[in-house]
Amino acid sequence: MNLTQFAKERYAEAAVRARPAGNRIRQRWTEFLVEGMIQLSGVSTIVIVALIFLFLLREGLPTFLDIPLRQLFGGRWYPIEGLYGLWPLIVGSLIVTVGAVVIAVPRGLTTAIYLGEIAPPWQREILKPLIEVLAGIPSIVLGFLGWVALAPIVQSLGAPTGLTALTGSLILAYMALPTIISISEDALYAVPKEYRDGALAIGATQWQTIWRVVLPAARSGLAMAIMLGIGRAIGETMAVMMVTGNAAFVPELGLDMPLSPVRTMTATIAAEMGEVAQGSQHYSVLFGIGIVLFVITFAINMLAGRLVGVTVRRKGGSV
Amino acid sequence: MTRQHTQKIAVALITASAVLVVIPIIAVIAYIVVQGAGAISWEFLTARPRNGMTEGGIMPAILGTLILTLGTSIVCIPLALGAAIYLAEYAKDNRLTRWVRLAIVNLAGIPSIVYGLFGLGAFVLFMQFGTSILAGSLTLGIMTLPVVISTAEEAILSVPQEFRLVSQSLGATRWQTIRHQVLPHALPGIITGVILGLSRAAGETAPILFTVAAFYLPTLPSSISDQTMALPYHLYVIATQVPGMPLSVQYGTALVLLLLVLSLTLVATIIRTRMRRRRDW
Amino acid sequence: MNIPPKLEVQNVYFTYADGTEALRNVSLKIDPFQIFVLFGPARAGKTTLLRLFNRLSDLIEGATVQGSVLFNGRDVFARGTDVIDLRRRIGMVFAVPTPLPGTIRENLTYGLRMAGIRNRDELESRIERSLTQAALWDEVKDRLDRPASALSGGQKQRLCIARSLALEPEVLILDNPTSGLDPLSTAMVEESLHELKQRYTIIMVPHSVQQAARVATRAAFMLDGEIIEVGDGDQIFGQPQVKRTEDYVTGRFG
Repeated sequence: MNLTQFAKERYAEAAVRARPAGNRIRQRWTEFLVEGMIQLSGVSTIVIVALIFLFLLREGLPTFLDIPLRQLFGGRWYPIEGLYGLWPLIVGSLIVTVGAVVIAVPRGLTTAIYLGEIAPPWQREILKPLIEVLAGIPSIVLGFLGWVALAPIVQSLGAPTGLTALTGSLILAYMALPTIISISEDALYAVPKEYRDGALAIGATQWQTIWRVVLPAARSGLAMAIMLGIGRAIGETMAVMMVTGNAAFVPELGLDMPLSPVRTMTATIAAEMGEVAQGSQHYSVLFGIGIVLFVITFAINMLAGRLVGVTVRRKGGSV
Repeated sequence: MTRQHTQKIAVALITASAVLVVIPIIAVIAYIVVQGAGAISWEFLTARPRNGMTEGGIMPAILGTLILTLGTSIVCIPLALGAAIYLAEYAKDNRLTRWVRLAIVNLAGIPSIVYGLFGLGAFVLFMQFGTSILAGSLTLGIMTLPVVISTAEEAILSVPQEFRLVSQSLGATRWQTIRHQVLPHALPGIITGVILGLSRAAGETAPILFTVAAFYLPTLPSSISDQTMALPYHLYVIATQVPGMPLSVQYGTALVLLLLVLSLTLVATIIRTRMRRRRDW
Repeated sequence: MNIPPKLEVQNVYFTYADGTEALRNVSLKIDPFQIFVLFGPARAGKTTLLRLFNRLSDLIEGATVQGSVLFNGRDVFARGTDVIDLRRRIGMVFAVPTPLPGTIRENLTYGLRMAGIRNRDELESRIERSLTQAALWDEVKDRLDRPASALSGGQKQRLCIARSLALEPEVLILDNPTSGLDPLSTAMVEESLHELKQRYTIIMVPHSVQQAARVATRAAFMLDGEIIEVGDGDQIFGQPQVKRTEDYVTGRFG
């Protein structure tokens, strides 16, 4: 290297070292603080779930400590006489949820299939917003409609007041539909195009392709959709409270069962909490029901998560 | 039956089913509009109720819902945004991250009445905030977290990786990259998610039952430790517990709530489509 | 007089999180004020090696690095290294021209603004200087406030070069900068490189062996994560010492 180049280099290096350090020190502090807050926000979610469970326990634990389990899961819910059998409430939730799922799952799946595989784009443009609209309707509004409009119809079917498990299932079905539809849609969308193309190439009709290729491939996603729909149905409060009749006893088995009034766990909490004294046994039991609900939905979510696993999609290019 | 026959029948059934799903949605909304429109008037929207709620307006309930929505956003947005940024940009592929995601999935699944119980136990009683706008906003805010976190995270992840790479190669720190390259371009998606979450919170009844809602208050709330009326709760009470309440008033209240929630959803959708069209990459 | 190399790689091993070795015992010396070309077939580890210099390799989760990478004599992987400052001194241009969303001016001043430089005159003078060095000044000087996305491919890439130069780095790394460009733009970029090497140290991964031969002062041939041969530009392409180099240079594989 000749002398001029060497001089140039020395000069260049000197110029660089004379460059101000920039804002590195202040930057380091801001960076540290901000990153700290962000990490805290992330971890706070775990803390919040734990807190919710803890507070439920705090107020509800006496239920499981004081009341013998046999009575707790016994068949009579009669708080006035100190009888806190949860069984009728659990059965109530079960009947209404099962009914809602039976109504909603076939409808939801077929609508998802329609949207994903059959509908032309212009119809999709109309339908998807409509389903989002359904998802947005507050549960109280649907419950209200069930109360004033649907119940009289059910009444004409033979139920004395029209406030029955069937009414509840119908309303719940419509509330769970958007969840089922959108997650099923995602599951169907995730099936690679090659599967469909392959089937069509060997001469299968569209329906055969859907039935034999696409649906089986989307199996786990569809199962998750159903599970989450169930979770949505079990957790609903106001709508069922308004239309199921609030009779806290186990209906008789038989063809009449859907037309009996029932009471769900969620409705019990909402209806009776306003009238209990804080710290009383009734109060603890209501929190105890809350614990049961928490555990049930927790289990459903764990199951659903296990089915598919959590996927993180990074769009755009890669490093 | 030939395959072609099966095909046609299947498609017909599926289409019919989808139509049967859609028609009631439209019918429901139309029915409420028709039945409730008659009750809507300027007075209905701006006056206080009179005569045992059977006359006058529902302004305090509308105001209460708006106040609670504001409170919800204050509680929810900073926390949700932080968690979303954490998940999208900082979280490594380890156990802690998996637990965070699990926590969020579970928060999403907790029934709204259980949130109400939590609000009662934690904010009304333990923190001694009493039934108040503060307690109600905290409860609703926490309930809205999972929805906003999910949509915000998705919006952040949809910003192409190249921008982060270029930004860091030019000497920007990670936070600078997030603040100048990622967040501005994820903003439409984030805003959409926030508005959707808020619209859901506005319509919720169960969480506010024991934490803030009151049916009749002589005065409007003046501080965050006051109770307030709210539309969803108001509708519930006048529909089920007030004898002699005119049906038109009930439908009118339902309509107002419906319009409030749906217009928020509409705004969110509009923002999403307009911003998507203006993308610069 | 002994002038230390600008950049030096000493026995570097780079392993991905899943165990694949991208770099095996790589050692190199790069002197200042020249164009050092790193060439070889795809997946040879060239990009991985480039990203070690400015520690963009940090962004690859779970990867491990052994060995030293010296910049001005100091190991960039040493504890306490200011990575942000390092990246301002070693600029990088990527294969696909990636202007940031925004105007041309915003693109050029991005790195400067992040560094805290806000003085309007300072920014303007740097804009002009860097655009001139990248041979783009005349074409865009009247539309600095227009979106950068409206530029042609070749212009975008020269913008990316100017963007890095605005920080007045010591080293400029270019990873396949002309891969998507038409011949005229390619020629313009190569031409500007000849000018730039008088002020900066340039490391480049070329688009083809021919391009490498055109611009290289010194070159290294890489294959499967290893350095096969290093030599002067006019020698390694005309009379390679190692057979594998010769095979690649003459097109027997690629």
